[in-house]
Amino acid sequence: MTDATSNGPTARAKKEHGSLLVQDALTKRRNASERRFRAYGLTAIGIGVAALILLLTSILSQGLPAFQQTFVTLDVVLDEAKLDKKGNRNIDEIKKVTTFGYAPLIKNGLKSRMEELNISIDGLSDKDAGGIISKEAAGQLRRYVIANPDEIGNSVEFRFLANGRIDGYYKGRVTMQSAERDNNVSPQQLQLADALKDGGALVTRFNWDFITKADASENRPEAAGIGVAIIGSLYMMMIVLVLALPIGVAASIYLEEFAPQNWFTDLIEVNISNLAAVPSIVYGILGLAIFINYGGLPQSAPIVGGLVLTLMTLPTIIIATRASLKSVPPSIRAAALGVGASRMQSVFHHVLPLAMPGILTGTIIGLAQALGETAPLMLIGMVAFVRDFPSAPPEGFFDPASALPVQVYNWTTRADPAFVERASGAIIVLLMFLLCMNMIAIILRRRFERRW
Amino acid sequence: MNDMRHLERTADTKDIKISARNCQVHYGDTHAIKDVSVELEDKTVTAFIGPSGCGKSTFLRCLNRMNDTIDICRVEGDILLDGEDIYDKRVDPVQLRAKVGMVFQKPNPFPKSIYDNVAYGPRIHGLARTKAELDEIVENSLRRGAIWDEVKDRLDAPGTGLSGGQQQRLCIARAVATEPEVLLMDEPCSALDPIATAQVEELIDELRERYSVVIVTHSMQQAARVSQKTAFFHLGSLVEYDETGQIFTNPKDPRTESYITGRIG
Repeated sequence: MTDATSNGPTARAKKEHGSLLVQDALTKRRNASERRFRAYGLTAIGIGVAALILLLTSILSQGLPAFQQTFVTLDVVLDEAKLDKKGNRNIDEIKKVTTFGYAPLIKNGLKSRMEELNISIDGLSDKDAGGIISKEAAGQLRRYVIANPDEIGNSVEFRFLANGRIDGYYKGRVTMQSAERDNNVSPQQLQLADALKDGGALVTRFNWDFITKADASENRPEAAGIGVAIIGSLYMMMIVLVLALPIGVAASIYLEEFAPQNWFTDLIEVNISNLAAVPSIVYGILGLAIFINYGGLPQSAPIVGGLVLTLMTLPTIIIATRASLKSVPPSIRAAALGVGASRMQSVFHHVLPLAMPGILTGTIIGLAQALGETAPLMLIGMVAFVRDFPSAPPEGFFDPASALPVQVYNWTTRADPAFVERASGAIIVLLMFLLCMNMIAIILRRRFERRW
Repeated sequence: MNDMRHLERTADTKDIKISARNCQVHYGDTHAIKDVSVELEDKTVTAFIGPSGCGKSTFLRCLNRMNDTIDICRVEGDILLDGEDIYDKRVDPVQLRAKVGMVFQKPNPFPKSIYDNVAYGPRIHGLARTKAELDEIVENSLRRGAIWDEVKDRLDAPGTGLSGGQQQRLCIARAVATEPEVLLMDEPCSALDPIATAQVEELIDELRERYSVVIVTHSMQQAARVSQKTAFFHLGSLVEYDETGQIFTNPKDPRTESYITGRIG
């Protein structure tokens, strides 16, 4: 800057541009702002990654135990005097014995196992001892006997679920201290469980039943599974895929390639964009009003859920499909028309294959969105407690079912902390499904892209 | 006046392939082509020259109804191909385009194999009944496109992987594969380097034996090199249409003269 005072052409040139070795004020400001922007970007990514890690660790730490379950192995004597008084193995008469009739057998089995292992715990009544076995056990035993009436009179080894609190004891949810204050579990029961574990009669192992079995009642969280919810979600995804993909793709092809450009198509276009922004619960009300109240379809059925989710997914698919159709260079269409292809041939032979990766991505994003949707399903009654598996499709589409996100919601509203663990487990399964769908999207996209 | 008679004489000696009468094209409110009447001869290369935006490409696209794909475009007047009005209601543009092929400014091979690029037209028009016939059509077309020797060993390779000049010749091969009678070329060399341009120009000259070729070009040298007849467009009107030699050596209209001497355009 001192040069500014000196005269002559060289001095003036230096004044105007300065030395290249020194950054002038403007360049410094520009560089500083660029550095700031990069810092913002990195911070944003950092926050995103941190949030993701936090989410995953929280869900995994809470949810992974749901896949483990504590079981108690007992030898149960199927007493003929109690199960089949007349001894004629008549299945109808065996069925008359309720689960209350089976409960003592389990207690006796536990007692004999305790004697076998020389377990005696002070202040533990027989009733409390039996309480470490899940209430589900009697039902399990009864189903077994009805399926195998010939086994009556024999001693059979069973693996029963342990009570949710006992299970929680091995997952750190219940401690000796908390058990003292808890009406549902006593420290003596936990001691018994520990003793059984030492004797090898109590094990914690992977629990397939969580994935395959149906939901269970409020007071037996250990037996609750997501089988019905998985089937319900699967059925709904099938319906959404079968309906939304062809309708959405056909609509977008027509709008993008064939429709004349006028006020009517503009109106449709604006409305499709608006529909994509409509809150999902509104679709639920729509489904309730149209499909259930007016159309007479059953409540809680995957068919209604599928239809509602189809309506919800359609705008997403249409927008994604149109965007990918639009991104196909017009020269390809011109080339096809130029060799005498009809408009339809040019679309189906050339434009659509090129747009396929985008369409598939859009569809799978739409499906993933639909898979995680809870609000509209609650309005059409899918939040109900469903114990029975829906039958195979297509009849199964009309049977009551649950859905994964609704199941998660349902469990988080229940009192027993064991259900929080199961809800997190269900979220993991849901995330796995989403991950699989994204993988499929990527694989399909790769496959189509390789065909250039 | 002498020259006018000259034009009539040549027109008599050769068949008229396409004749346009009082053709008008509107894009919405814009009057893009104003009252163009022209007669294009068979087995001749006709060049359309003129400054950018003069309507030469628009007029070319009228000849195979490519303008139909643009909603706001209206075409009036008659365009006759072998005496039949191509804008008649009974004419299916798809059939017309099989007869009047087109090569575009930018090489636009389909993102498929070289073989499929050429075979596509014959396939959709049902020109081949067997695979062997199709193979033959593909080979002949690629030979006519003067690209056979370069690609015969890699017909399965993607057409988009060729160089620009090869892609354009592939597009020409694709256009001739449907056995058109007229070949329209919209600035086919504008995206090519001089060597590729020379190859394509040579090819155009060979194509003249079988087809009526109409080429739009920005390069007056190119028009002079490849065409027998030249039409000069200016601001949507056909200013002058004559033997190429006449246009370049002895233009009648002062606007043509200004253009070819580089004063306008």
